[in-house]
Amino acid sequence: MSQKLLLNATELDLILNRLACQLIENHDTFENTALIGLQPRGTFLLKRLAALLKKSYHIKNLETGLLDITFYRDDFRRGDEPLKANTTQIDFLVEGKKVVIVDDVLYTGRSIRAALTALQSFGRPASVELLTLIDRRFSRHLPIQPDYNGRQVDAIGNQKVKVSWLENDGEDAVYLLKTDVL
Amino acid sequence: MNALSVNHLLGIKELSVADIDLILNTADQFKEVINRPIKKVPSLRDITIANLFFENSTRTKLSFELAEKRLSADVINFSAAQSSVKKGETLIDTVNNILAMKVDIVVMRHPNPGACVFLSKHVNARIVNAGDGAHEHPTQALLDAYTIKETLGSLKGKKVVIVGDILHSRVALSNIYALKKMGAEVKVCGPATLIPRYIESLGVTVELNLRKALEWCDVANMLRVQNERMDISYFPSVREYVQQYGVNRELLDSLKKDVVIMHPGPINRGVEITSDVADSKQAVILNQVENGVAVRMAVLYLIASKIRHHDQ
Repeated sequence: MSQKLLLNATELDLILNRLACQLIENHDTFENTALIGLQPRGTFLLKRLAALLKKSYHIKNLETGLLDITFYRDDFRRGDEPLKANTTQIDFLVEGKKVVIVDDVLYTGRSIRAALTALQSFGRPASVELLTLIDRRFSRHLPIQPDYNGRQVDAIGNQKVKVSWLENDGEDAVYLLKTDVL
Repeated sequence: MNALSVNHLLGIKELSVADIDLILNTADQFKEVINRPIKKVPSLRDITIANLFFENSTRTKLSFELAEKRLSADVINFSAAQSSVKKGETLIDTVNNILAMKVDIVVMRHPNPGACVFLSKHVNARIVNAGDGAHEHPTQALLDAYTIKETLGSLKGKKVVIVGDILHSRVALSNIYALKKMGAEVKVCGPATLIPRYIESLGVTVELNLRKALEWCDVANMLRVQNERMDISYFPSVREYVQQYGVNRELLDSLKKDVVIMHPGPINRGVEITSDVADSKQAVILNQVENGVAVRMAVLYLIASKIRHHDQ
């Protein structure tokens, strides 16, 4: 297993600030906007962005939620291991809201497809956008593209993108992992 | 661990502590789902479930059916009263005919103990026991455990007394297994004629005095007197049973603490508990019913997740 550093802590911080500014450009005071992080890994990015928006850009009353898509996935009973459910925490109706789905890595697009279905259980949003930290190009199975994107990465099949967060993994960094082919 | 150690839910006896934990934790997620504006998830949309009820049921049948529908499974219902069983068809024949219609999971209630175990050995489908005679009623025990955990925070070290007809009760047996596995202390209380011999070998203690039992416990699970299973008289009269083993407001008020009152339903108001107790804040009877749907969703989801796609 070899790994290559894609983003270090400084670069990650820069990208988070840019994403926050891009969100403000489109959503102004976030009056009718909700940010929803996908469980499990999207929640770290969501918490970082929300903290940044509140602290550095003085956004008040930012609504955030966590969405678990386990029960909506299309690979139920197809993998070797059953899927484990995480907590969903959306304490507001998304009816009529502008929703931004937040996830760390966009790969096949299937998680986002599941998230769009899951989101409907909470009402009919006015619009849905997608924010991702890493967009893996050339690997989509579905016609889904991000509206806000941190970094585009070209990665092939046996490579994996790993996003590390200080609060969970001990450092802020993004790596490209490569399993050695025999 | 994300998978159950068993392929069927036949009884609590066969489950490990990790299995019960997994079911209760998964039920937490489903409880959130059934409180959403849209209470349905598409997980089991390619699964067909047959509910076979060879014995009467209201709550369990509705609860299973709702759980199945909230998981988007296709559901077929069968009750013995309106079926070919009356014409002399055997259990295996009945079930195999139903399975020929491509059914993946069978939820069955049957008056004979062991009917589900028998079926699981002879037919090619996953079996979920919805009560087999006086043997086990695993989903009831799981929802009771879930409700106690939800009300008191945990099961470990909690004191639970099961009151009433222990002898004929599948709810009692499944509850004893589940509670003991999860680290709770269990007492049974009732007329000596309705306490099975050797019940202590399950790790429970017997208390014949209801007041003493209530003074000891955190939770009292009041069982229904199952007249339909009694071929002889086990106590002199219902009136005497009520005097000795019925819970009423005065009795509860005379204790120096709030005991959580549970009942698996259907309640005989004025027999096991009086109406003012059943409708009081201490009673979590309707919470049990709500949790029943979430727990059954968790059980069906976890059993279904072990059916591999290429099996079909």
